[in-house]
Amino acid sequence: MIKSEWFFWLVGAVFLAMAAQMVFDRSNPKRPGTAAFWGLLGLCFFYSTWVNEKSLPAEPLGVAVLVLICLGGFNLTGKGKPDTTSESERTRLAARFGGKLFIPALTIPLIAMVCAVLADKWKIGGTPLLEEGSETILGLGLGAIVALGVGMWVLRERRVTVPLHAGRGLLESMGWALLLPQLLAVLGAIFQAAGVGDQVRKVTESVLPDGQKLAAVVLYCVGMAVFTMIMGNAFAAFPVMTAAVGWPVLIEQLNGNPAAVLAVGMLAGFCGTLCTPMAANFNLVPAALLELKDQYGPIKAQVPTAGVLLGCNILIIYLFAF
Amino acid sequence: MIVLLGVLVVVLGFATRRNPLLVVGVAGIVTGLLGKLSPVEILKTFGESFASSRSVTIFAITLPVIGLLERNGLQQQARTLIGKLGNKLTTGRFLTLYLLLRQVTAAVGLQTIGGPAQSVRPMIAPMAEAATERRNQGRPLPEKVREKVRSHAAGTDTVGLFFGEDCFLAVGSILLITGLVNSTYHTHLEPLHLALWAIPTAVCAFFIHGGRLLRLDRTLERELVMANAQLAVEQEDAQSALQQDDAQPAVQQDDAQPDVQQEGAPGRSARSEEGGAVK
Repeated sequence: MIKSEWFFWLVGAVFLAMAAQMVFDRSNPKRPGTAAFWGLLGLCFFYSTWVNEKSLPAEPLGVAVLVLICLGGFNLTGKGKPDTTSESERTRLAARFGGKLFIPALTIPLIAMVCAVLADKWKIGGTPLLEEGSETILGLGLGAIVALGVGMWVLRERRVTVPLHAGRGLLESMGWALLLPQLLAVLGAIFQAAGVGDQVRKVTESVLPDGQKLAAVVLYCVGMAVFTMIMGNAFAAFPVMTAAVGWPVLIEQLNGNPAAVLAVGMLAGFCGTLCTPMAANFNLVPAALLELKDQYGPIKAQVPTAGVLLGCNILIIYLFAF
Repeated sequence: MIVLLGVLVVVLGFATRRNPLLVVGVAGIVTGLLGKLSPVEILKTFGESFASSRSVTIFAITLPVIGLLERNGLQQQARTLIGKLGNKLTTGRFLTLYLLLRQVTAAVGLQTIGGPAQSVRPMIAPMAEAATERRNQGRPLPEKVREKVRSHAAGTDTVGLFFGEDCFLAVGSILLITGLVNSTYHTHLEPLHLALWAIPTAVCAFFIHGGRLLRLDRTLERELVMANAQLAVEQEDAQSALQQDDAQPAVQQDDAQPDVQQEGAPGRSARSEEGGAVK
């Protein structure tokens, strides 16, 4: 049986290999911090296995997470000059490979879908081939591995270090932001352990009359959008609103379908992202790149769509999630 | 009630644009302490929830293959394809087509082939502008119209990305939902189910934004007529002023094109018609 932990080890190993490359990357002015950040993250991926099994203590991992937060938070990570192709070389290569470039990219979702749909039919001696409950994640991992093989074959690339370097370039340009979603998930768990959810639920229940489905859905979706506009980030709004309304009221109290409520709730948050200058990378950076006089031009173009779509999201949850 | 201050830390931290990692770290520690967890328990919670939410970060596994494709011209190939599509379309139709393309490619995990720097600036905005210029008989666009076209090019890219990528199961937001719920509420959600639930909103987004883009053509047409008429009036004024000064008509304002003069009269009449329609 292929276990999901094996896949987490693979991800950890990729982080470690990239960290090893970073150690020797002289073009990166913050070389030690960058290598330490990704190397430590890779090690955490391995150590976590035994934390989940409860055979090793979780506290050292907590310390490591705080170290990661400090390395990223105090700007000790940076990026090197990626060893890659120039714009004109890429244009030439694109002309040479043409549509074949899309084949490896499409391999990933294809294999992930196949694994998710067919997983329970694959069995060897009675045990399922893929660990139960992790089919999608394992499918993604298998898809990425197969896609890499296909890509190297299609592009006639023999050296494994080339995609590893190219991936590291992307990793470094995303930087610590790549870890933010996971840390927000961690924060959600701390909120729960500290009793934030219970407190917010009390507040919500005193505000919301019992069994008011529509009011609760509106509160959840509009709350997601408003919090996102204030914070500039739907990911940050999500743990707060889900602890307050989404989980206790919509899912537990009103028996909503968790996948529907939470997926559409996140998209309601995206409607907020479309309207806020706080989400600078999506709304202000394009205005600067396009040399617009009115830096709110893109937001103005997006607001009507966001408003109508927020209404759609409310209706989708209200009509289909219960 | 006092633990709610932890939520306030998050809101204030993000709203004042502190480093998000530090905000999360500080908010976690503060909330834990306010919730009467001991420092060791806080560390333990950090560790345990990190271990059970690793699935959020696994999309990093796709970076090597995406990086390999990008260094071999993936974005350039995408631009070539879009270039083939957009040569005869109006601005609104071209942007609608791009919206669809952006949503579909993001939904199969190709979020990086578009974006303000990757595609909008080098490709989408210039092509959308060129399409409007064709409507304007090839003349440069008035500033207000140009700004509007460019803003819509950027907005279309963002809308397409946001409401396409969530249909892909290995995207940050989907994995955040499963990671958060699975580690916090001890249940099990599959990323695939969440991705499927993103499809209805994606379809709504296409029809809402696409519909607005198709209407954009008419708005642009109207604004062009008005702007040209205004330009013609200004130019006539300038010219009569110049003639009074006995100066050469060649000395004109910088952005006024010679052929605008001939269009002056129809432009003006079109504007008055427009005024009637609005009433």
